Amino acid sequence: MADSSPMQIVVDGLVKRFGAFTALDGISFGVAHGEIMGFLGPNGAGKSTLIRILCGLLRPSAGRALVAGIDVAGDPEAVRRRIGYMSQKFSLYGDLSVVENLRFFGGIYGVSEAEMPERLRFAVDMAGLTGREDALVATLAGGWKQRLALGAAILHRPAILFLDEPTSGVDPGSRRRFWNLIHALSEEGVSILVSTHYMDEAEYCHRIALINRGRLVALGTPLELKQHSLGGELLALEGERIGEAIAPLARAPGVRDVAMFGNALHVLVDQAALRLPALLALLAGSGIADGRGRRIDPSLEDSFVHLVAAKLPPTEVAS
Amino acid sequence: MKWRRIKAIVVKESLQIVRDPRSLMIVLLIPLLQMFMLGYGVNLDVQHIPLCVHDREGSQASQGLLHQFAASPYFSLQAPMGSDAEIRKSLDSGRCNLAIVIPAGFSKGLADNGGGSVQALLDATDSNTANIAANYARSVVAAYSAGVQMEFIRNRGGTVQTLTPVDMQARVWFNEDLVSRNFIVPGIVALVMAIVGAQLTSLTIAREWERGTMELLISTPVQPMELMIGKLLPYFLVGMVDASICLALAVFWFEVPFRGTLTALFLTTGLFLTVVLCIGYYVSVAIRSQVGASQVALLLTMLPTTLLSGFTFPIDQMPPAVQAVTYIVSARYYVTIIKALFLKGSAWTALLAPILCLALYALVMVFFASRAFRKTLD
Ligand SMILES: Nc1ncnc2c1ncn2[C@@H]1O[C@H](COP(=O)(O)OP(=O)(O)OP(=O)(O)O)[C@@H](O)[C@H]1O
Ligand SMILES: [Mg+2]
Repeated sequence: MADSSPMQIVVDGLVKRFGAFTALDGISFGVAHGEIMGFLGPNGAGKSTLIRILCGLLRPSAGRALVAGIDVAGDPEAVRRRIGYMSQKFSLYGDLSVVENLRFFGGIYGVSEAEMPERLRFAVDMAGLTGREDALVATLAGGWKQRLALGAAILHRPAILFLDEPTSGVDPGSRRRFWNLIHALSEEGVSILVSTHYMDEAEYCHRIALINRGRLVALGTPLELKQHSLGGELLALEGERIGEAIAPLARAPGVRDVAMFGNALHVLVDQAALRLPALLALLAGSGIADGRGRRIDPSLEDSFVHLVAAKLPPTEVAS
Repeated sequence: MKWRRIKAIVVKESLQIVRDPRSLMIVLLIPLLQMFMLGYGVNLDVQHIPLCVHDREGSQASQGLLHQFAASPYFSLQAPMGSDAEIRKSLDSGRCNLAIVIPAGFSKGLADNGGGSVQALLDATDSNTANIAANYARSVVAAYSAGVQMEFIRNRGGTVQTLTPVDMQARVWFNEDLVSRNFIVPGIVALVMAIVGAQLTSLTIAREWERGTMELLISTPVQPMELMIGKLLPYFLVGMVDASICLALAVFWFEVPFRGTLTALFLTTGLFLTVVLCIGYYVSVAIRSQVGASQVALLLTMLPTTLLSGFTFPIDQMPPAVQAVTYIVSARYYVTIIKALFLKGSAWTALLAPILCLALYALVMVFFASRAFRKTLD
C-alpha cells in the first residue's frame, strides 16, 4: 500500500492509551526525505511512545501512521525492514565485542555476506572504534557506545532512522560528533526522527516538534518556532529580588507572559522598545532599585516554556 | 524464514554461552552432581551394612552362622541384641539396617534334616540398599547352609536332593516395593535432563527483557520462528553433552546394563531434550524475569517427572484419574523408552508407540514455542 506522499513518515491523528491514561493524544505531522525531525519534550511527554509506535513496537489506539508509505499497524514487518532504531536504553550486547555485535545485527537485518566486511568497517570507523573491534561493548564509554549503537542501526542502510534520546548521558564533545554523523546521514537522504531533552540539540534539527503531555504543542523550524510562536518580542529584566516583580509585571499593559529564566525574568511584550521604559519604572516602583533590562532574541527554550505554559490549565500557569 | 538470521542468532547465543564460563560450568556440573546425588540417594555404600543379631538359641550352630556374617566384608556386626523389642528399636533408629533373628529350634532342624530357617528384618527406607543387603545376607546363609549339608552327608550319607537347605525369610519393613538401582538410574537420567534442559532455555528470552536488549531485537525483521530456532540450537548441543554425561555415568559408573542401541538412545534423548528445551523457552517468553522463569521451569519439569513419569511410582498402580494425567507428561514416554533400552534391550518396533508419542510431543512443543513470542511491547 504505497503512498504517493513525498513524506517518508506520515502521522495522522495518532492516539495511544495505556488503560485509562492517554500517552499520545491526536498527534499529526510528516517527515520528508532526508529531513531531521527533532522531538522535544519533558519527561513523560510521550516521545518514546511515539517512536515505538512508528517502529511497530506498540499498536496505536487510534489514528494512523505511515512509515515509508506503509501502514505500521497493518504491516509492521515491512516497516521493520526499512528502518533503523536506537532505543532510549542502550541495547547492544555488553558481553559481545564491537564486531560481534555488528555482525549479529548485520545478519539479523539481512546484510549480505559480500557486503558485510565493508559495512562492518564503515560502522567501526563511524563509531571511532578502529583498533578496538574486539573490545567487549560493556567496557566502552558512553559516547562510543552510542555511536556504535548508531552504527548497528544503519548497517542495512535504512531509509528511515529513529533515535530515542541518542545523546543522553554523553559528554558535549561526543554529542557534537554524534550530531555530525546525523547530518551526514541526512545529506545521504535518510529521514531521521530524533528525540531529545537538550534544547541546544534541537537547534541542529531541520524541524522541531514540541510535545507535551501527549500533545503536539508546536511544529516548525527552530527559527520559526522562535520568531512566531511567541507572538511578540522578548525582554530580559534583571535585578535584586526580581522574582517579586512577576505579579505586577504580568498585569502591566502590553505584557503577554512572564517567566523566570535563571536569575532573570523573560517578559514577552507586543513591542519591546515601546514597553521597556514603563516596565523599568514599574520595577523601581516595586522596590527593585537596581532593575535593568534589554531586548533579547528568543531562544528555543523561551518558545518552549511559553508554548508549554500556554497549553496548561490557568491554575498551573499562576503557580 | 532465513537461514542467515538463524545463523546470526546461533553465533550470538553461542558466544554468550562461552563468554559466561561460570554458567557454562554450572550447566555441565549440575547434571554430574545431580546424577551422583540421586544415584547414591538410592545406592548407599553397600559395604559394612550395620547388622544386628538376636540369637534366641545361643548354640554352637547358631554362633557358627553369625560368625560367617561377621567374616563378610558386606556387614559390620553390632552388639548382639537380647530381645525383639531391642531389634525393632535399633532398626527404627537406624543403628542397623538389617537384623538376623535365629530361632530357638535352629540346631534341632539342622540335626534332623540339615535344614532350618532364620529370619531377616530389613529397613527398606532406602529400598536399594535393603535389596542389596537382603541378597548378601541370603548368600551368606546359603554358603553356611551348603557347609552344613556337606557335613550332614559326610556323616550320615544321602544326597543333597533329600535335604532341605537353611533358608532365610526376609521381612521387609518401611518400604514394601523394592526398586532396584538398575531400574531407577535410567529414570534419574530423565529427571536430570528434564530439569537441566528447561533451565538452560528458561533464561534466554527473560534475559533479553531484563537487560533491555529485547526492545531493539523486536524492532528488527527477525521472525519468532528464527529467534526460537537460533536460541534453541546452541542449547540443544549443550543439552546433548549433558545427556551424554548422564548416560555415560549410568553405564560406566552405576554399571546399569545397557542392552539397547545407541541410535535409539540418542534419537529419543534428542526428542525428549527438544521437549524440555521448548518448555523452558515457552516459560521464558511468558515470564519476563529470569528468576521467575527459572523457578517456574523447575516446577514444570521436576514435579511431573518425579511424580508422574513412572520413575518413582509405577504408573499402573496409580488411580485411573492420575494415570490419565500421566499421558500429558512427556517424561512418561522417555522413561518408558529409556528403561526398556537399558534393561530389556527392546527393539525399535517394540518401542514404536512411546517413540511416536514423544516425537509428536516434541512437534507440538516446537509449534507452540515458535508461536509464543510476540514482537510487541504491548
Ligand atoms: N507500557 C506503558 N504502560 C503504561 N504507561 C506507559 C507505558 N509506556 C509509557 N507509559 C507512560 O506514558 C507516558 C509517556 O511515556 P514516554 O516514555 O513516551 O515519555 P518520554 O517522552 O519518552 O519520556 P522520557 O523523556 O522520560 O523518556 C509516561 O507517563 C509513561 O509513564
Ligand atoms: Mg523516552
